[in-house]
Amino acid sequence: MNIISRGFRGRQRRDDDRLPPGQYLVEDFPVLSAGPTPRVPLDRWEFTIDTETGRTHRWSWEEFTALPMETPTVDIHCVTKWSKLDTTWEGVSLDVLFDDVESAAEYALVHSYGGYTTNLPLEDLLDGQAWLVHRFDGEELEPRHGGPARLLVPHLYFWKSAKWVRGIRLLDEDWPGFWETAGYHNYGDPWREQRYEGD
Amino acid sequence: MTAEYLDGNALAGPLGEIFAVDVTAATGRCANCGLTGPVASLHVYGPDPGLVARCPGCDEVVLRLVRGPGTAWLDLRGAVSLRLDVPE
Repeated sequence: MNIISRGFRGRQRRDDDRLPPGQYLVEDFPVLSAGPTPRVPLDRWEFTIDTETGRTHRWSWEEFTALPMETPTVDIHCVTKWSKLDTTWEGVSLDVLFDDVESAAEYALVHSYGGYTTNLPLEDLLDGQAWLVHRFDGEELEPRHGGPARLLVPHLYFWKSAKWVRGIRLLDEDWPGFWETAGYHNYGDPWREQRYEGD
Repeated sequence: MTAEYLDGNALAGPLGEIFAVDVTAATGRCANCGLTGPVASLHVYGPDPGLVARCPGCDEVVLRLVRGPGTAWLDLRGAVSLRLDVPE
């Protein structure tokens, strides 16, 4: 009896430990949208990295999907307070995409089909912390969740994981993105509950 | 399928918190394409993480409103102007 009871509480505590302050768990996958869902044909899709010196690195869909894939399982946390545990994705580590990119820039501005932008320090995209993903839960990533491909940066609030991602601009100066210029926090660490400007 | 957006009347309550007049009745001009029309005709996405009102002509953002605890952020840079009827 004691063992069962302790085990149950142990499991609860583990899940609670994975929930940042102010968040609640969901089982579904809510869709939040700031505009029309872009439909990007794969033969016209491209992903670019523009450096601060003006060099552009470019991948077609075919080139992107030929890169070595990883299958991260991560917890995601939306600033609107839902969190979803153990989400499974497939995509390319940003470390692979940045392998041949020479840059001394400190900042990245991610931009998407449809015009969305979000900013983060370049170091938050590297060292196994971020992926360009095209599959979720064993299926092609649906357009409403950011397909054909979205960014996945699970250690920051999910608005940083831009849907319909088109490219990354590397910058010497920080350039706040879509939500970051409208009251949301510039960095967005869920564990420090950095939801709004000034948090 | 449900619509992706609501019409600009969805802004009446949230903007009513900030403005003394009903802004949805105002006539706005899109900074991108120049289309002129009532705020109520905008296409409104959200409400979370924020309200995003787009031009029905070109889909560019005309107005954004984020409501945090004790604070509201209003971005009107996509609107050249708002014309409001005011009492003489």
